[in-house]
Formats: sequence, structure tokens, C-alpha cells
Amino acid sequence: MTLTSNSGQHAVEATTIRPLSQSNQRSGEPVNKEIKIAQDAAVSDIARPPASTVFDVSDLAVYYGEFRAIGGVNLDVGEHEITAFIGPSGCGKSTVLRCFNRMNDLVEIARVEGQILYHGIDLYDSAVDPVAVRRRIGMVFQKPNPFPKSIYDNVAFGPRIAGMKGDLDELVEKSLRDAGLWEEVKDRLEKSALGLSGGQQQRLCIARAIAVNPDVLLMDEPCSALDPIATGRIEELMQEIKTEYTIVIVTHNMQQAARVSDRTAFFTAELDEASGQRRGQLVEYSETGQIFSNPADERTEAYVTGRFG
Amino acid sequence: MAAITTPSEIRAGLEKRRGTNTGGQIFRTLLLVALVLAIAMIGAVLWSVGVDSWSLLIERPWSFLSNPSNSSAELAGVAQGIRGSVTLAAIVAATFPVGVGAAIYLEELADDNFLTRLIQVTVRNLAGVPSIVYGLLGLAVFVQQLRGLTGGPSVISAGLTLGVLVFPVVVITTSEAIRAVPQSLRDAAYGLGATQWEVIRHQVLPAAMPGVLTGVVLSIARSLGEAAPLLVVGAAPFYSTGVKNTLEQLTGAFTALPMNVAVFARLPADTWAAHAAAASVVLLVVIFVINLAAIILRNRISKKLGR
Repeated sequence: MTLTSNSGQHAVEATTIRPLSQSNQRSGEPVNKEIKIAQDAAVSDIARPPASTVFDVSDLAVYYGEFRAIGGVNLDVGEHEITAFIGPSGCGKSTVLRCFNRMNDLVEIARVEGQILYHGIDLYDSAVDPVAVRRRIGMVFQKPNPFPKSIYDNVAFGPRIAGMKGDLDELVEKSLRDAGLWEEVKDRLEKSALGLSGGQQQRLCIARAIAVNPDVLLMDEPCSALDPIATGRIEELMQEIKTEYTIVIVTHNMQQAARVSDRTAFFTAELDEASGQRRGQLVEYSETGQIFSNPADERTEAYVTGRFG
Repeated sequence: MAAITTPSEIRAGLEKRRGTNTGGQIFRTLLLVALVLAIAMIGAVLWSVGVDSWSLLIERPWSFLSNPSNSSAELAGVAQGIRGSVTLAAIVAATFPVGVGAAIYLEELADDNFLTRLIQVTVRNLAGVPSIVYGLLGLAVFVQQLRGLTGGPSVISAGLTLGVLVFPVVVITTSEAIRAVPQSLRDAAYGLGATQWEVIRHQVLPAAMPGVLTGVVLSIARSLGEAAPLLVVGAAPFYSTGVKNTLEQLTGAFTALPMNVAVFARLPADTWAAHAAAASVVLLVVIFVINLAAIILRNRISKKLGR
């Protein structure tokens, strides 16, 4: 990839700035931990050629019964990029994420309007099988949710149900290596996954998700239950695997979005006067450097500088 | 709240207050009394049964266990009852897949609509229907309508009747076990591209299995203790064992341990009092052994699932 990203990979050419000191306190990270953001990000963002589009979302709205949880979402997700969704609780960012692999189908009262094109194919076309969608578009959840089975069986579950032929042992090892967990678990593959630490469990869930060789990884606040060290590991891992996968991550942690993502979408929820309910909406979607250093919308600025949310 | 400023005020606020927790003490005592009462009742039952049966079980334990029923108190035994009860347990166990399947359908497949909820409420109410009503149902359906299949008042008719009796309990406990499976587990499997069947088969059922088996164990114990439905369905007080093949045993006259207890208890007390108590002891032991086996099975399955 010739693109320059504003992520931790480029910390060498980064200067240290502290634009988010207030929000540090809320997210539970050390207050004085300084955040590195590449100074050249804004320049390179403008020069960045458009990546090949994986998702093309237009006029997406999600209803829970009569209640419109979020609406008016228009955005593109680029291939081999990390796209971050940020915003306060209840703004609908996880709801949008769960539209990308049709997990919302499992919520009986949920209804999706608008269009999501995945490589040009309408994901909600009646001919599309949601099970097939989820095999190509994997998901990592907020709380680590390993199956109550052995480490090996956790990783092997996806390939097995997909009817994959070939060497399962090899695939399990490769997936665990890719997830940076192999060295820690190689001697206890037959032990229960529930005996792992939270961070290890989440990396196991990532290994499990990539074992079916998906095209896209959706991550719904994957680090919110983890300590800073485990979070750092997962962020490194995301940088390593983005050459193979397209990643969309929902996060409450703005520094995380700034560190890892190429583009950031800021969502918020506003009170709808007519119905008296809070409705989510997409406020701004842009290169991550742009969002954090020079946002176009004042609500985005208020949020990323910690004055709101 | 007024601001607390001086250290002495803070100390005063933190000190244990005397005499303010009498309500808690009374409540605690009442709970303890309830516990002691319950244990005392169980102890009294076991004691009286044990004392009453002692003479008989010491005098001829093996002939009591291995003899068929007999009009002579010196020869009468519970061999037929033991065989009947064990056969009943096996037939009841064979009906469990129906209840488990119904619960899986209700919880995982059925839409959450008025009809589903009506069925759930009905099943819960059925669990409270007196067992003798199930006996009448068994008499009408299994003994009379299906006489050609069950042979009339047979151990098959009785076993199926008990199966219907425990069906609501099996559905309820299975439903609850399935509901206790965290949604995150289902999400994880769906997220990997599992079909609904694969999610149920590979994740939900294994995770719910310990709870399901617990319900099943309780159901067997309950059905083995029932005497009323057996009386209605036509368990025999006495019958000649003779030489019969398996089919004839399954479709012919039968009895069971609770039936033995009921019959013995109605005979003249001077010669038969110990028999009823001894048959009760045997029934308790049979239930205990079956429960123990089921619990061991459950723990082995749980261990296999990596819990």
C-alpha cells in the first residue's frame, strides 16, 4: 500500500501533541499519556487516492419497531482500510455496524431501510443469504465471547461449519498466529477457552473470526472490556492484519480511533422534537486526521475535544 | 445533606449503631426456624419408615427384594414393583425428547406472538394439574383408545401416562435452560456464518444441556413416586409372574413400587405394617440411585463441554 496513514505505524515521523487531554480521563486511560498523531496526516489525506470501495452505504436508516434508531447514513468503506465509528452512547453506531453483516436480522423488531452495497451487491437483496454474508463479513463483539469449548474447537468451529477441506490443524495454527495468540496457547489448545484472560479471549475471538478467511472484519468496541496493555496488543494486531482485511471498528475510545483508523465517522444522537425520542445520525465522515484536527462540523469538534459526550 | 466537617462527627457517623437491627435479627431467626422445621419433617419421615421397616429388612432382605407379590406376608416381596418402576423410568426417559424438542421449538424457532405465549402459559398451568387427572387421560387414551398398541392396562400405558405427566415440567426446565444461554454465544456463532440449526445444535443445546438434564432428573424422580395415575391406569395389586417374553411383560399386567406401598398399606396392619414401610425404603433407594446416575452423567457431559 502506498497510502500514508496517520496511525501508530508512523509514530517515527510523528510529533507529540495533546489535543484530547480531557477525554483521556473519561476513557480510563492514564491522563498524562500523550497521543501521537502524525503531523503530516492532513497533507497526505488530501493526496490520498480513493481506495477501492467495499461498502457503499446510501440513505441507511434502522428502525426498532416504530422507533427510528438512526437515519440518513451515507458513507463508503475503503478496501484494506480501518474505518472507525465514534460517537456518544445511543447514537446508533453499533446498529449501523450490525447492518454490514445482517446481524440486525436476528433482532425481530429491527427493520433496515436504504441501501448497503457490498462490492456493488445489495446486501439486503432478497436473493442474498445472510448466512453467506456473515461468512464473508466476520464480527468481533464488545465482550469477548468464546464458546465454552477448547481453544482449538473455538477456532475450528467456523471452518468446520463452512465445510472447509484441508488441514484444520494448520489453519488453526495460522489463525492463532495471525491473532498473535499462538505462542501463549500452543501448549494448551485442548484446554477450555474460558480459562484465558480477557485480552487473550478477545484475540481468540479475532482468530476465530479470521479462521473462515473473511473479507471484512467488523469490530464492535473490541477493547472496551480490556486493560490498556491488551488494548495495545489488539490495536497492533489490527495494523498487522489490515493488509489482508478491511476493518470497521466501533469505539468509544477516541484516542483509539485516532491511533488506528484511516477514516472516521462521527455519529451523534439528537432529540427529535416531534417524537420526543433521541435519534442517531451521521454527522461527519472524513479522513481521521481531518476529523481530529480540523473537523468541519462544530459538533464533531466539541466531541473530539472532549467538550461534549 | 448537611456537610460533615469535624473528625468526631465523621466518627459518630461511621460507628455501629446498637439495637437498630432487630428486624434483621427476627427475620434471620424465622428463616432458621423454617429450615430446621423442614429438615425435621424429612428426618421424621425417614425415621418412621426406617423404624417400621427395620424388622422386615433385617429378617429377610433378599427374599423381600427378589420375591413377587404373594398373599402370604411371610413370602411377599417387591421384585415385580422394582422391575415395574425401572421399566417405567425407562419409558418416561424415552418420552423426554418430545418435551425437549417442544421447548427448543418454542424458545428458538417460534415467533414471539400471542399463540406462542398462550402455549407457554398453558404448559405452565399443565404442570400444576393433579396427577390423578393425568391418570384419567391415560385411561381414556392409552388404555382404551390405543389398547391395540399398549395392551390395555400395561406398563407401557402407565409409562406413557407418566411421560405426559412430566411433559410440562420437561418443557419448562428445558425452556429455562435455553433462555439462560447467553445471547452473546448465539451472536458469536451467527457471526461466523452458522445457520440457525448449527447454532442450536453446536452451541445452544450443549450449553443448555446441564440444565436440561437437571430437569429431566427431577422429572424421573417425580414420576417414579406417583401412585394415583397408576391406580387409575390399572396397576395390578397382585399378579402371577409366570413365564413371559419381553413383549408380554410390557403389554401384560404390571405393578410398581408406589403401587406396592399402597397395596401393603391397606392390608391388616398386624402382619403387613412393615411391608409398606420397607417398600417405601426400596422406592427411595431406587429413586436415589437413578438420580445419582443422572447427576454423574450430567457432570460428565458438562466436563466434556469444557466448563
